[in-house]
Amino acid sequence: MTTDSTFRTEMIEARDAPDQRRGVIGWFRANLFNGPINSIVSIVVIYLLARLIWPFLEWAVIDADWIGTTRDACTGQGACWVFISARFESIIYGFYPEAARWRVDIVFALLAILVAWLAVPKLPYKKWVALFALIGLPIIAYFLLVGGSFGLEYVPTRAWGGLMLTLTIAVLGIVGSLPLGIILALGRRSKMPFVKGICVIFIEFWRGVPLITVLFMASVMLPLFVPGNLDFDKLLRALIGIMFFWSAYMAEVIRSGLQAIGKGQTEAGQALGLNYWQRTGLIVLPQALKLVIPGIVNTFIALFKDTSLVLIIGLFDLLAIIRAGLTDSNWLGFSTEGYVFAAAVYWIFCFSMSRYSLYIERRLNTGHKR
Amino acid sequence: MLRPSTTLPRRGHGPLWRNPAIRALIVQAVLFLVLAAFIGYLVHNTLLNLEARGIHTGFGFLEGRAGFSIPQTLIEYTSDSTYGRTFVIGLLNTLLVSALGIVAATIIGFLVGIARLSPNWLLARLATIYVETFRNIPLLVQILFWYYAVLRALPSPRQSLSLFDAFFFNVRGMVMPDPQPLDGFAATPWALLVAVVVTILFGVFAKRRQASTGKSLPVYWIGLTIIVGLPLIVFLATGSPLEWTLPEMAGFNFRGGINILPELLALWLALSIYTAAFIAEIVRSGILSVSHGQTEAARSLSLPEAITLRKVVIPQAMRVIIPQMTSQYLNLIKNSSLATAIGYPDLVAVFAGTTLNQTGQAIEIIAMTMAVYLVISLTVSFLMNLYNARTLLKER
Repeated sequence: MTTDSTFRTEMIEARDAPDQRRGVIGWFRANLFNGPINSIVSIVVIYLLARLIWPFLEWAVIDADWIGTTRDACTGQGACWVFISARFESIIYGFYPEAARWRVDIVFALLAILVAWLAVPKLPYKKWVALFALIGLPIIAYFLLVGGSFGLEYVPTRAWGGLMLTLTIAVLGIVGSLPLGIILALGRRSKMPFVKGICVIFIEFWRGVPLITVLFMASVMLPLFVPGNLDFDKLLRALIGIMFFWSAYMAEVIRSGLQAIGKGQTEAGQALGLNYWQRTGLIVLPQALKLVIPGIVNTFIALFKDTSLVLIIGLFDLLAIIRAGLTDSNWLGFSTEGYVFAAAVYWIFCFSMSRYSLYIERRLNTGHKR
Repeated sequence: MLRPSTTLPRRGHGPLWRNPAIRALIVQAVLFLVLAAFIGYLVHNTLLNLEARGIHTGFGFLEGRAGFSIPQTLIEYTSDSTYGRTFVIGLLNTLLVSALGIVAATIIGFLVGIARLSPNWLLARLATIYVETFRNIPLLVQILFWYYAVLRALPSPRQSLSLFDAFFFNVRGMVMPDPQPLDGFAATPWALLVAVVVTILFGVFAKRRQASTGKSLPVYWIGLTIIVGLPLIVFLATGSPLEWTLPEMAGFNFRGGINILPELLALWLALSIYTAAFIAEIVRSGILSVSHGQTEAARSLSLPEAITLRKVVIPQAMRVIIPQMTSQYLNLIKNSSLATAIGYPDLVAVFAGTTLNQTGQAIEIIAMTMAVYLVISLTVSFLMNLYNARTLLKER
């Protein structure tokens, strides 16, 4: 065979894309300036960013005062975060006695460990940890936070406040509303008309009214429901209202999961001779709950955000403590700093929960994607 | 040979509690008794407590004189009015802020939701930042922020910020021009009504015509022309009988014009911005839920881009969007009760707040307040169920 000079025998190297289509310029052209309308939109957005976000950054970071303990430290043009750092302790612990704050720290640490354990998918013994978080933690937290036994000083709940109170309400709200929600969801799907009716009425009632009226009801009407001499703790009253309210939402989320589990699963259980509770507990619920984890986390987020409402009935949660600080005559005129800080704290909690819910959704989705 | 028994076990065979039907009956009876006993116990306690505190139950208090003033009343109200009247005033204020919030939240939500799907990278990111920021901050924090950090920081009336010399913003809220109808203005709303009716009839006619002949009419443009044009012609023909009173500075405050409370503004802003973040997500997921095959099918039929959007994508997306949107509207109405934190005179602040404190009729007042929200929620979800049944995918 002779070589034919008409044809190449080896590949020529691929040429780069034209200058305008690669690198930074190419990216800009493809994403921001690919057409007259898009170019105008991009310019408007850049202008908006320059007008809104930059001044905010300037105020919050560049021109801000960070160091100091008194108002005299606020000299710059921007935000004065000294307002926050000066009362940081009370923002975390509320009016909890200083000598006993280590007890709160222990509960915080325990909570953090448990949450981390449950959130990381690889760690083992999930079931037992979850059970401990639902039952063990509240009991330990109760003895540590309330005190009065084991030689610990008694701290009344009216001394609780700040982030600690917010987390207490959120965690207890979650711990209480999840089991109640499961029972309500099962009840709503029951074939017994009376059970079903009660559950439907219960769920639709709480879902139809605003949380504020529920809290008002809890703080004004609950004391009327118990024998007159019984002293009903204010925090407990709010907690009961919050649990009932959110259990209704939780029930609807769980019900959607129950509906997604095919009838065949129940029938297979019946064929094996399992009774109702065995079928539910061993076959249907585990699958249903796994399906609705994102929905449950979203309900947690809503619950967490709405813990701020307790300030209206006079409990000193994170937001209320910051608000109380704003009326301090030494620190008048820092409402922007106060509310921006509160917003940031809530945002960090809620945003991380929502990211986690997305992550779980993606993990659980593996089998179902087409 | 062993053969399986073909006869069912006889009824009444074995102990009673083995029979599912009877067991269900027993369970329900026990549940009923426990619940009845519990409620009876609560009622008993309540009656004892009420007696001990000397509170008389009943709705007679609604006739009593209120004796307090309310800063914003949509209908006539003085401090001599009854407690029953405060209920109506509060309810109207709740409905006002809810209606304003629903309109604004829908507009912002749609814009942001569509912006999140924009091919423009910056715009899509900006919309994402908007959603993730406002969705994850409690509404109450946002309300307090707008009220105390923004609106309360505005200058005094003398140094008001002005917009076109007609809208003024100051620490007491917003002042805007007040329309004063003159003689003959009444014809314009009537013309609007006639225009709406004509447009609806025209729409029905166009649909029938399309069904029988296959030819479509530009219903949208013709309808818009009728609805805008007819009232405008009538308005001009009657000699433009509308006068705007511009707010004027007099002493330390404005005279003339409509004054909008800063509480209303703060609540409105916070409710719309917060709910819009949720609506944006609904709109986005609704549009994404229309499968790509639909757009491709429309393209292969060589439908123009605009028609594809209007006749293929949007109708299918709306079926996903509308039910979720309604529940957001309900949330907005319920959330408007946070007004009480900044003192906007809504139902909860006026009736379940001031009136409750003055009369002490906790049970009646909270029951009435909850009933209002319940009635709104149940009505809307009933209508939504009807809508869902109508728009359900008609599958084989």
